[in-house]
Amino acid sequence: MITLFEHYNYAIVIILMMIGLYVVFSSANMIKKLVGLSIFQTSVFLLYITMGKVTGGQPPILDPAEYESHGGGHESAPAAAHGSGHEAAQASHDAVQSAAHTADVIYSNPLPHVLILTAIVVGVATLAIGLALVVRTREMYGTIEENEIDELDYLGNLEGHAG
Amino acid sequence: MDLLSYTPAWISTHGPALLVVLPLMMAVLTAILPSRAAIGGKLAWLAVLATSGICLAVAVSMLLQVMAHGPIDYAMGGWAPPFGIAYRVDALNAPILVLISAVAVLCTLYALPSVDAEVEPKKRAAFYAAFLVSFAGLLGMVITADAFNVFVFLEVSSISTYVLVAMGASRDRRALTSSFNYLVMGSIGATFFVIGIGFLYMQTGTLNMMDMARILQDGGVDSKVTKLAFAFILVGLGLKLAMFPLHTWLPGAYSYAPSFFTAFMAATATKAALYLMLRFSFMVFDPSWAFIGKAVMILVAALGLLGMMAASLQAMFQNDLRRVLAFSSIAQVSYMLLGIGMATTLGLSAGYLHMLNHAIIKGGLFIAAGAFWYRFGITQVCDMRGLGKTMPWTMAGFTVLGISLIGVPGTVGFVSKLALVQAAALHGWWWAIGAIVLTSIMAIIYVGRLIEQAYFQDPPKKGAVTVSKNEAPLMMLIPLWIFAISAIVFGINAEWTTSLAAAAAELLSGGPDTIVPHMGGH
Repeated sequence: MITLFEHYNYAIVIILMMIGLYVVFSSANMIKKLVGLSIFQTSVFLLYITMGKVTGGQPPILDPAEYESHGGGHESAPAAAHGSGHEAAQASHDAVQSAAHTADVIYSNPLPHVLILTAIVVGVATLAIGLALVVRTREMYGTIEENEIDELDYLGNLEGHAG
Repeated sequence: MDLLSYTPAWISTHGPALLVVLPLMMAVLTAILPSRAAIGGKLAWLAVLATSGICLAVAVSMLLQVMAHGPIDYAMGGWAPPFGIAYRVDALNAPILVLISAVAVLCTLYALPSVDAEVEPKKRAAFYAAFLVSFAGLLGMVITADAFNVFVFLEVSSISTYVLVAMGASRDRRALTSSFNYLVMGSIGATFFVIGIGFLYMQTGTLNMMDMARILQDGGVDSKVTKLAFAFILVGLGLKLAMFPLHTWLPGAYSYAPSFFTAFMAATATKAALYLMLRFSFMVFDPSWAFIGKAVMILVAALGLLGMMAASLQAMFQNDLRRVLAFSSIAQVSYMLLGIGMATTLGLSAGYLHMLNHAIIKGGLFIAAGAFWYRFGITQVCDMRGLGKTMPWTMAGFTVLGISLIGVPGTVGFVSKLALVQAAALHGWWWAIGAIVLTSIMAIIYVGRLIEQAYFQDPPKKGAVTVSKNEAPLMMLIPLWIFAISAIVFGINAEWTTSLAAAAAELLSGGPDTIVPHMGGH
């Protein structure tokens, strides 16, 4: 129980995820399904943001003064950019890490935030397409309840024509 | 290797980037074409044809280079991996890149008459733009070696696919609900996949697939996080590739999408997702780890077996022609899963070969199904009466591909089914051979039904007059017959495709003729 409270953000992620999935599967209304889908996707955003948190970590912004004095990062970045391979990149990584280490500063990991920005954009696009489909469905069927749509399709099949 | 000398040197340095960037850029250009003018649709079609043609040329020359000189690596933007996004073309994905671009070229040829009939003039330019985005997404998810980049391209291709499926609404309004259903299922699948990537990143601290594999080997094999990551990735990709209980989106999407896009999607979309499952299961994770081995063998093979049976059974009772083909697609994907589930070099090779061969078969069959609709508005199996007389060439192409789907000797279907049976026999999975034979008999029934209607029934009568012969336009016959002829050519001389599959399987299992050890007996 105590671990659950210590990792409360994971608990929130799981609860949101299950609520979202439940709404998607249980509701026949297309808009409600999209709401559930969005909640489900949002839980993943939270998961990624949780992942980027480093205990005691600061915002990942390098102090220019600190950075200049250690020098290492300055030369290794172009070396990595020239693509001289894995070793160069590893070297630059080590240099940055040692610079950070000597200064005794812990930074939060910025990468998951960047990743999840992309996923948020994807989620927005999916939602937009989904809503557009709901609008068109309403125009062509006159309803957005899936059980009613199924009934209309079934009747259309019986009459031997569709749409 | 005469062809290799014709490939320009820049292909190996910048080819991988071009393959993704070109369709994306052309999609933007195509979308802003003047859509109101009648010329807009034609220009867009030309742009798509040129783009897919160039992509095919690049993909073929990359395949030749990979076969001759080994993998091609590309660091996006000059940022060295593992920090930058890396693209990697190797024996596993090069044939799939060629497959996707070749199918795109053939389907684009077919699109000229087909899209004219099915999409309103003012929407055509945008329709082609969406197709290019979907094409770029598929190429991107196959070529990239960055796990998160896979997710991005997966969604790029999926979102445009939802749009393209919904465009079938002018023909049949059920396209809208099918597209919506696919959107909900597809988004859940992609989200599961991204959760899996997140857990992998938690465990390894990297997104580069090769780096992930290295770090996982060094430690973290038994970590719960790794296991969880694999579970999420397997389910997410399983949704995308229509693994048996997660296949419910597929029949609707295939049946009601515009016929041009159905042909493209049936030949490529599930294959790209299947490739990802191979890449992750065997090259990021390793089936020699107890957990992964069990999951691959028990889950993937068992679901493959169930899928073969259930989908073949359902295909026999469908009234809609494209639904018959769609359920058959699920059954064929299950064959591939069975091959993967064996986790031996031979099994993987057979599954991979079936993936290439099935793309040829299904692409052609859906093109023919679209041609039947184009001429006579046929969607139901019972309406196929007399097609052997009214559309002889189209029906002949359909028949060649149909018997190839059954697996008659001399066709591609036979080659890969035989390889699968051999692999199963050497693995000691006799029940799998029984299942393959049984489902092949079911295939005789569901394909035979279609052929029987076409050749042994008289064409319908309009009043007193029998419907006269009305062949599909040449632009439909050409791609259809290219598919049909390659089904026979690669069926009689399977050396090239078999060697491609063998090279891919070798790469997957990490050496020639090694049986990947896994837990559990045969």
